[in-house]
Amino acid sequence: MKLVIAIIQPHKLEDVKAELYKADINLITVSEVLGHGRQMGVTEVYRGVKETGNLLRKVRLEIGVNDTFLQPTIDAIIKGARSSEVGDGKIFVLDMKECIRISSGEKGPVAIG
Amino acid sequence: MSLLGFFTLAPLAMLIADETPVPQGIVPAAVTAVVQVPVVPAAPKIDSGDTAWILTSSALVMLMTLPGLALFYGGLVRRKNVLSILMQCSVAIGVISVQWVLFGYSLAFHPGTGFWGGFQWMGLHGVGLEPYADYSATIPHQLFMIFQAMFAVITPALIIGAFAERMKFSAFVLFILLWATFVYDPIAHWVWGMGGWLRGMGTLDFAGGTVVHINAGIAAIVTALFIGRRKGYGQTVPPHNLPFTVIGAGLLWFGWFGFNSGSALAANGLAVSAFVVTNTAAAAAGVVWAFIEWFHNGKPTTLGFATGAVAGLVAITPASGFVDVMGALAIGAGVSVFCFIMVAMVKPKFGYDDSLDAFGVHGIGGIWGALATGLFATKAVNAAGADGLFYGNPMQFIIQLKAVAVTVVYSAVATLIIYKLVDVLVGVRIEEKDELKGLDLTEHREAGYTVLE
Repeated sequence: MKLVIAIIQPHKLEDVKAELYKADINLITVSEVLGHGRQMGVTEVYRGVKETGNLLRKVRLEIGVNDTFLQPTIDAIIKGARSSEVGDGKIFVLDMKECIRISSGEKGPVAIG
Repeated sequence: MSLLGFFTLAPLAMLIADETPVPQGIVPAAVTAVVQVPVVPAAPKIDSGDTAWILTSSALVMLMTLPGLALFYGGLVRRKNVLSILMQCSVAIGVISVQWVLFGYSLAFHPGTGFWGGFQWMGLHGVGLEPYADYSATIPHQLFMIFQAMFAVITPALIIGAFAERMKFSAFVLFILLWATFVYDPIAHWVWGMGGWLRGMGTLDFAGGTVVHINAGIAAIVTALFIGRRKGYGQTVPPHNLPFTVIGAGLLWFGWFGFNSGSALAANGLAVSAFVVTNTAAAAAGVVWAFIEWFHNGKPTTLGFATGAVAGLVAITPASGFVDVMGALAIGAGVSVFCFIMVAMVKPKFGYDDSLDAFGVHGIGGIWGALATGLFATKAVNAAGADGLFYGNPMQFIIQLKAVAVTVVYSAVATLIIYKLVDVLVGVRIEEKDELKGLDLTEHREAGYTVLE
């Protein structure tokens, strides 16, 4: 079992969701986050005063998958989120020790899907 | 000019002012008995059109403080302090409305001494529903009073922009009460009150450039300097909700039609002229500010247009009953240049934290407006006014300059004394740990926004 965390551009969320559904991956958690990578943030100007290094709005996806679904998930995210420019984001893959479905108490791979 | 200088001047001005004719309408009994049609003008008579417009204008000016100014300022602070701004604006209406009917109106407008009006109209005793011809011959006296109440309310509220995000609430309440009583009421009396010595000198201030904007702007820079910078100033303190700020600016603009056009105290041609120049100056100033940013920073900003529009409204305020539309364009365009230089260049250079630019916009814009009135005023607009420098009367500019100087000096000194007094009594600045948590939580036990639900 793996936990996939992806940081993407907010305007790519709909594309990524569409690609994930095509790959039969339907269980995702989405949150709004702030951050920056190699773009080093933006400069905002308020009443003529520049404020540099402001964090950019990003979207964070969390998806728990069984090992067989790992590569399709990564492919779907890349397909939906890539514009080939700086700022497209990152995908992190972590080993997941356990997964428990709250409603039934089921554990392990069966609880994911 | 020293403090002593203008206090001693005041009684002299009184003497001159006292020679003006007594209110019309006192018809000697003997005359009416003999002549069927009175030869002297009729007693002041309430005009329903005038009354309707000033009632409306009073409501419009109320709207400027809450929610206009509240949202304008509220959007500019960090999210942890939004309620503190809304609360301070709300309480300004609460406290000053009460102060005004109890004794504020009497201090400002009773024809008393040169310094202030005295206490004869306390609790609105003698302020009835008949017109008081010296101020407004065609509307009830109480209507003039409540219209002026809204000006008295917004003026201390404007100062909030200077000490936002770091003043103790108890200190704020005490400060505005003392400030309204010892700074606003006397200056309103000098400029607008019967016997007021600046009025006697011929100062032109149609809707409150000196009384409201310079006065509040100078109080703002004094309080900003003495309370010190916010924690984290110089790092990032971005506005948390610019849409609020734009809504607030829109409501200020809308309410300002009551502020300026209502200051004609009648539904007449002068009111229409004031309305037109008010809109024109605000529009020109907003556009010029946005263009300055476009050339200076590469992009025009929403906040820039809103700030420029408000600066334009500030600047046209004293001039709104005395200038034509071309004068309004010049006043509006000029104010954005001066205010932009102040808030975008001078403030960062000196590093003072006039947090929401109460001084940069109201102080500087107000001074420009008061002086520009002395440049662009023309009797063609208002025969009861005067010609300015560009219409062949350089003396008017000197008179305006004097009124500005007096207001600046008195407001600065009196504000400083009140600030120090409040600091000794309750302490002005909030504790550092509370400032970091935010005033909403620490001063009001509330949060403006929840994260979940």
